[in-house]
This record gives sequence, structure tokens and C-alpha cells, in this order.
Amino acid sequence: MAKATNTELVDLLGEKFGEQLFDVSEPYGLLTFSTTKDKVVEVLSFLKENGRINFNFLTDITAVHYPEKEQIAVVYHVHSMVSGIRARLKVFLNEKDPRIASATVLWNGANWMERETYDFFGVKFEGHPDLRRILNVDEMTVHPMLKQYPLEDPNRVDKKDEFFGR
Amino acid sequence: MSHNQPVYTDNDPQSELVTLNLGPTHPATHGVFQNVLQMDGERIVSGVSTIGYIHRAFEKIAEHRPFYQITPLTDRLNYCSSPINNMGWHMTVEKLLNIQIPKRVDYLRVIIMELSRIADHIICNTIIAQDTGATTTFLYLFQYREHIYEIFEEICGARLTTNIGRIGGLERDFNEVAFAKINKFLKEFPVALREFESLLNRNRIFIDRTQGVAEVTADTALSYSWTGPLLRAAGIDYDVRVSEPYSSYQDFDFEIPVGTSGDIFDRYLVRNEEMWQSVRIIEQALEKIKSEPNGIFHADVPDFYLPGKEQVYNNMEALIYHFKIVMGEIDAPKAEVYHAVEGGNGELGFYLINDGGRSPYRLHFRRPSFINYQMYAKMSEGMLLSDAIINMSSMNIIAGELDA
Repeated sequence: MAKATNTELVDLLGEKFGEQLFDVSEPYGLLTFSTTKDKVVEVLSFLKENGRINFNFLTDITAVHYPEKEQIAVVYHVHSMVSGIRARLKVFLNEKDPRIASATVLWNGANWMERETYDFFGVKFEGHPDLRRILNVDEMTVHPMLKQYPLEDPNRVDKKDEFFGR
Repeated sequence: MSHNQPVYTDNDPQSELVTLNLGPTHPATHGVFQNVLQMDGERIVSGVSTIGYIHRAFEKIAEHRPFYQITPLTDRLNYCSSPINNMGWHMTVEKLLNIQIPKRVDYLRVIIMELSRIADHIICNTIIAQDTGATTTFLYLFQYREHIYEIFEEICGARLTTNIGRIGGLERDFNEVAFAKINKFLKEFPVALREFESLLNRNRIFIDRTQGVAEVTADTALSYSWTGPLLRAAGIDYDVRVSEPYSSYQDFDFEIPVGTSGDIFDRYLVRNEEMWQSVRIIEQALEKIKSEPNGIFHADVPDFYLPGKEQVYNNMEALIYHFKIVMGEIDAPKAEVYHAVEGGNGELGFYLINDGGRSPYRLHFRRPSFINYQMYAKMSEGMLLSDAIINMSSMNIIAGELDA
């Protein structure tokens, strides 16, 4: 089977989802697009099940915090081992109440990836079978990868961050 | 019911399960992780994995560091094959900056990465043998890991956490001694590996312990996002070196071994065959280097490649450049990039978002050990404890990569 191309993929997705997919770009050849949080499982399952593109492999789930936009982006990397291409799906959530449907219904491997994302960003994956902290201690009260939490004790006066390129 | 008959209630000791804490520091887990197992005799009924004992917040630290200061962090992910992590990171930055790397540099990198892959697989396979009771094989092959570290020492001065290379290439060229050591290794290692295989491949005890244990189907492996030797043992020929060649892997002639049942024996065989293939790749790389212009060991990117130490100490401009590069003062494009390399345990990915600041806006490591390990507790259900131990060894879970 000939390799599917990014253009072909964009056409297929556009036909199926139309306006619900936006911000399509191709940084360094990796097709990137966004969708809304209501549509995420539908889009992922279309990517996974469609016989032509067949993104059968979930490479990674993570998140990025954009405090100035008051948003957290959940980022999915999927990979089609059949046609040898990757795609990146982003879903922007409100940082006040980040909730999104879990991808564990599609891939078992999403379990720990989502737990890690919850642990560090506080994103609540609805429908996740066991959404607990994974790397941090259970008693922790914050989600440490959010940008408002500094790396070091902010009360230190001996170390000015601007001198250290931070 | 008569009065003097025992009455078994809910507390019946016959039906009671024993809770066993396997870890956090158990000699058989070869790393710091805990599994709380419910045992019925020697059989595991259920298990819960607890991880994070050596979590060091690398992703948070990376958001506060310029590119060069992140390389030592990557050392400490999979510390059994740190050069692959270092170079994976450097290649991610090179991809971001669109740097063209000369062929000779690619080949030198391939040599180092394949040596690290051999070192990684030596650890895993000898440990499987050790955990099944074969101490001889462990001691026998393990010394070649030491020889690989001696080669690294010759190339970069460090052994375990190598911090090897630079953005754009290597810090210095391989010297005569390094080439001599590599050639010596290529001559001696195959002999030892063949002997290692002759001790285990047809060994009745080893086969009885490993064959048919912890079988995984290809579908399950894919669903759990497995990569690397584990996925290949389950029968899927996915290898980043072939599917998305980096560092000129497309120039080499090598094969990707696949297994059929995904059991421990298949994983062992896949890793062994990969060591043979790595030897083949290194031999080809040494041959290819001869036809490349001599003495080139980095790309021409003065904005990101650190100037040599003798220049930094004697020359003002070089000193300024050194300082600017180390402090992340030089602009990189505002972009996001994902780059994956085939690490010892599978696809090691770097997802880098750069917003034009000194340090990455966000850096995420896709760590194969973390993703592979999540199936472990579920796999262990119904398994004998002794089988679960070798199952863990054969997954080659490295605590540094697991917890990041």
C-alpha cells in the first residue's frame, strides 16, 4: 500500500469533521491540528479505525500550560505504523477546570500517560479507570508543571534568576 | 454441626491472601520500584505498581535551562545507554535549527549509539540469565560492557553518564586509541557473544524458565504502546531506525529481528540478534568513514557548536561565544518539534516547544520504560512470583527512565 500523505489525511479529516478541526499546520513535516474537547474521542477513534490512514499507535499524551491564554493544551501524538506517518492532535482546555474525555477506551496505553498528565497538570480525564497521581506523592496538593509554580524557593534572595538565564 | 468442629469464617487462614511488598529496594527488581502483590501461595493474584521513587522533575528543570544544560539531564534517563539519549536530544535541537550534519559525523554517532545499544542489551540479557540462575553467563558477558565504557572514556572522558557530543556533532574526533579499542572490541565481542548464546539458547533449564512465560500478543503490545525489543518480540517489525531514519541509518544494511509469541525467550532472542546487527552496523560505519573526508567531527554551526577549549582560553571572541551559547543567548526558531530515536528499550521521543526564550517553553520526554512498564502488574496476575521476577528483568525497566 502506498504511503498516505499529510495532504490526503487533511482531506479525509476535513471531509469527516469539517469546521471541528482547525489550526492545521505542518511544523517539520508533522501534521498538527486542534479540535474541541467534545470531539476528541471521536477524532481519535476515527484516526485509529479508518482503514486508509490507520493511526493504530498512540505514541504519547502530554500537556502544555499557557498561563497568559489561561489555557492548558492536551497534546496527543499518534502514529500510523501502516502508512508510516505521525500526527499531533491538540485540545485547548480552560485552565480553571481542565476536563477531557479519556482515551483509555481506545488504547490501554493511555492509562499511565493520562495519569502523568493529571499528576503534573491537573487535567481530569473523564472515564479514566484509575485517575491517581503517579510520580509525585499522593499527599501533594498542587500540580507542579503548571507555570505558576517556580522551580526553586521564590524566597531565596542570594540567587537572582536573571543572572542565571532563567 | 457439632461443637468441637472448627468453624471457618471469613478469616479462614486457608483462603487468606498474603500481601507481599516487592520493592522498593528489592535485589531482584534491579532498580527502585515497588509492586504490592496479593499472593495465593506462590501465585500472584493481583498487583499494584507504585513508581516515582527517583522522580527528579526533569521536565520542570528543563524549562529553566538552556539547551546545553539539558544534555546532562538526558544522561540520567536511561543511564545504561546515555549516549543514545544525549544524541537524541542533540538531534532534536538540530532538527529545530535545521542543521545539516556531515556524513562522517553521522557515522561516528552511529558507532557510539550502536555500542550503547550493545551495552544496554548486554545488561538486560545477562540479567535475565542471572535471574534464572545462570551466574556464569552474567559474569562472562558483562565484562564487554566494561570494554564499551572504556571506548566511551576514550571518546568523551566519561563512562556512565557520558554527556557526549555537542549540538552539531561531537566535541572531538575519535583518536587512534579509540579506533584501536573499537576494532579490538569488534574482534573479541562476537566470540564471547557466540559463547554466551551457546550457553543459553539451547539450554533446557533456561528454555523451561522462559518459553511461554509472559506471552504477549501483537495487538495487546500495540494497545499498550509498547516499543523496542518488547514490541518486536511480539511480532511487529517497528524500529525507528528504519521507519524514520535519523543520523543516516538509511545508509546501513541491517535487519530487524522479530519474535512470534512475545514471551521472555523471544525477547531474549530479539535482543541477542540486535547485538549481532549492531556489530554489523559498526563494522559498516568504520568502513564508510574511510571514504569520508578525514578529521570532520562537527557541522559548521558556530552559533550553537561550542568553540574548542584552547580557543576559549586564548581568544576573546571564542570566550564570548562560549558564554553566549552556554547561557542560551542565541535565538532559536519559535517552533515545536518531535524527534524520536530508537533507544535501548524502544522509541525515545523528545517533544520540544521553543518560544524564543533561553530555555525550552516545554520539553517532554517520551520514555519507553515508563510506557512499557504499565502493563507489568496486569501481566503478573496469575503468574508465579519467580516468573514475574524474570518478566521484569526481560522488560529491562530502568528506574531513571521510568521516573524521569
